[in-house]
Amino acid sequence: MTIKELSKEEYLLKGHAACAGCGPSIALRLLFKALGNNVILVVPACCTTVIQGTYPYTSFAVPLQNILFESTAAAASGIVAALRQRKLEGTTVVGWAGDGGTVDIGIQALSGAAERKTDFIYICYDNEAYGNTGMQRSGATPYGAWTTTTPSGKRERKKDMPLIMAAHRILYVATACPSFPIDFVNKLRKAKDIEGTKYIHILTPCPTGWRYDTSKTVELGRLAVQTGLWALYEIEYGKFKLNPPSDRLVDEAKRKPIKEYLTLQGRFRNLTEEDIGQIQKWVDEDWERYRKLTSNSTSDSTLYGKT
Amino acid sequence: MAQMIIDTANHITGYAARAARVKVVAAYPITPQTTIVEKIAEFAESGKMDVEYIRVESEHSAMVACIGAAAAGARAFTATSAHGLALMHEALHWASGSRLPIVMAVVNRAMGAPWSIWSDFSDSLSQRDTGWMQFYCADNQEVFDTVIQAYRLCEDGQVFLPAMVCLEGFILSHTYMPVKIPDQDKIDGFLPSYKSGWILDVNRPVSHANLVSPEWYMEFRYMIQSAMENAKRIIPEIDREYGKIFGFEYGGLIEKYKCEDADLILLTMGTMGSDAKIAVDQLRKEGLKVGSARVRVFRPFPVEQIRKLSEQAQMLATIDRHISFGMEGFLATETKASIFSLKDPPLVAGFIAGLGGRDVTSKTIEEIAKKSIKWMRLGRVEKETEWIDLRE
Amino acid sequence: MSSSLKSRKEMPLTPLSSPSVGSMGKTGSWRTFRPEVDNSKCTRCTICWIYCPDAAITRQDDDSPKIDYDYCKGCGICANECPVKAITMEREEG
Ligand SMILES: Cc1ncc(C[n+]2csc(CCOP(=O)(O)OP(=O)(O)O)c2C)c(N)n1
Ligand code: SF4
Ligand code: SF4
Ligand code: SF4
Ligand SMILES: [Mg+2]
Repeated sequence: MTIKELSKEEYLLKGHAACAGCGPSIALRLLFKALGNNVILVVPACCTTVIQGTYPYTSFAVPLQNILFESTAAAASGIVAALRQRKLEGTTVVGWAGDGGTVDIGIQALSGAAERKTDFIYICYDNEAYGNTGMQRSGATPYGAWTTTTPSGKRERKKDMPLIMAAHRILYVATACPSFPIDFVNKLRKAKDIEGTKYIHILTPCPTGWRYDTSKTVELGRLAVQTGLWALYEIEYGKFKLNPPSDRLVDEAKRKPIKEYLTLQGRFRNLTEEDIGQIQKWVDEDWERYRKLTSNSTSDSTLYGKT
Repeated sequence: MAQMIIDTANHITGYAARAARVKVVAAYPITPQTTIVEKIAEFAESGKMDVEYIRVESEHSAMVACIGAAAAGARAFTATSAHGLALMHEALHWASGSRLPIVMAVVNRAMGAPWSIWSDFSDSLSQRDTGWMQFYCADNQEVFDTVIQAYRLCEDGQVFLPAMVCLEGFILSHTYMPVKIPDQDKIDGFLPSYKSGWILDVNRPVSHANLVSPEWYMEFRYMIQSAMENAKRIIPEIDREYGKIFGFEYGGLIEKYKCEDADLILLTMGTMGSDAKIAVDQLRKEGLKVGSARVRVFRPFPVEQIRKLSEQAQMLATIDRHISFGMEGFLATETKASIFSLKDPPLVAGFIAGLGGRDVTSKTIEEIAKKSIKWMRLGRVEKETEWIDLRE
Repeated sequence: MSSSLKSRKEMPLTPLSSPSVGSMGKTGSWRTFRPEVDNSKCTRCTICWIYCPDAAITRQDDDSPKIDYDYCKGCGICANECPVKAITMEREEG
């Protein structure tokens, strides 16, 4: 699969309302290039509510159900059930929610839907704060980041949501980033063909909230991966596997220093050298875990047995 | 052949959902509702009902799953009580704003704190302004019939709104009564397959309920109000048609009993309406001209019917199994509001009774009537809101 | 896009919005810098096309990019990502 093989069709139409340089918008375009338009999208309150534009127009050319902030997975459950009753299972139901709508207020409905093996793809697009309401901290905001409710920097670490989802023993969990478009598209296509709940967590840089120049969105996603702050992996049928280029980063020497990523963003301006050292330590610990998971998986023991 | 069964109102509600050919049920247990969804689970698992049963993790999700299902083209049903209903509050607005014809059984239960599992109307009446139609039932037969009627109403092209069918916890929910279940083909004739005002359709993509500016929002609210007004007209029609086919009719919006010549009319809701009838018969024996009007539909509120009752009655007494703290019971408020513009309105006295499951018997209602008659003769109401059977 | 005011009778019963290019109007007006493609340098790799958040770049038959200035918000991602620096950002006049 190469970029040129991707469809020219657009189902996120130009003239939408996202800020210039919006990372989630790139991911939305890729979503439709991967899945086509036989898709029903469920969107809670988040930046994507705004991106649609206002009634009587919308920038989305697939059926889209706007729903309450905490309720993406519950709405998807109802839609999936109705489609099954109507024998329309060929349509893919996609929940598309922000990090706040996923790791905070929406975690209960998502956990329930996953436990029930609801047949849908859930995508958390993670801009690491509440974008819609003007950048307040979320459970996915990383340590040290400025937000409007953590003006001197958040003091807690980011929740590890993909592993929380893996603990539900769903058949497919993956991470991705639109800076690596083919990786993301491949994961979506794979997810489409697996029955049950599929969870994909994507890091989507946000110039407005992260305070960097709008031209750097793709570059920052790339740096997040190259520094090892964001690892690309999938957990398929319980098996953990790092994907390129993250698979080469188990070797610490191959990872770029996190400073390269952090210093490009205004939200990390208040970080001290000590903070950066601490974050680097956590990243290294994460990678030690990934290394173990990778070697476990090759010896055929799985992270969480599937059900 | 129609079937006669003896069962609780909760189980009967399950039968009604099955008879309505509900396709998606999303529900969560709460006393005293639980046996409804247990009955449906039994139907689903024994193959007696072709339904997708979503065992959600909360009532909030139950309502949202019903919204998703109804939007994706399936007849949806849920049931809840008290705290479950309160948890749904946000989603109730979303359902009506989305104009989806969802029917929900509400087994009335008092709100905490403190915990109480017994009946009053504080749960459903707290949802008065959510854009849901509300029916209140007086017996198990009416529960069955109202669920069927409610779907017909909700899916009417001039309505397209959700409805609650309310039945009092324990008083009805767990009480056995004989109920006639009509033939399925007759029900199918009365209630055709699912109809909604819009649908999520990949062949006709639209975004539903994205941001609406002040330029448009008010019109959408006005349309809900118009649909409620339409429902006022359509509910009695549906009730009459149902009566003709199945033999049970409930007076449409309001069930009147001996009101024609009554000086005093007792306004009640739910099972109190049955006790009020007994009280009326007793009082009439004593020569008192009393009638009973049971408000069967609280939203849309039967303003015109209450005005009509006021034409000859000198006094109305409302009995609320509900209190809006800082004011009075809603039935009292709505009744007063309904008659305010009349030239010569009757007196209205408001009584609060039966909160948290406290028994209200026909004797209690007789006392209420006698106190009201005293005030009626006096020409003024001595106490705007009187709490009945309250400890000293 | 400015809406031609419709009467209530023409409105759907609940907000059903239609897919439209320019749901937020001509968003090209947000731009302060304008991407310019130097076709002689362009290798038609389509990288700029896939990364444009605004779907403002059309991939033409020969895979060369065509920017729709009505909707390009001037974020500069295309210029930043072009491997051969075939796109430059020029300040908008006026
Ligand atoms: C119940 C409820 N609480 C709060 C809000 C306000 N609200 C809307 S969107 C949002 C934040 C969304 O953040 P996230 O999920 O990260 O998505 P993003 O906006 O960043 O895309 C909040 C707090 C709401 N709509 N509903
Ligand atoms: S705030 Fe960030 S995520 Fe939201 S629309 Fe703007 S750039 Fe995109
Ligand atoms: S500047 Fe941004 S919006 Fe304009 S064409 Fe380039 S990537 Fe697209
Ligand atoms: S990224 Fe550069 S080289 Fe590639 S198609 Fe765009 S302009 Fe041409
Ligand atoms: Mg966010």
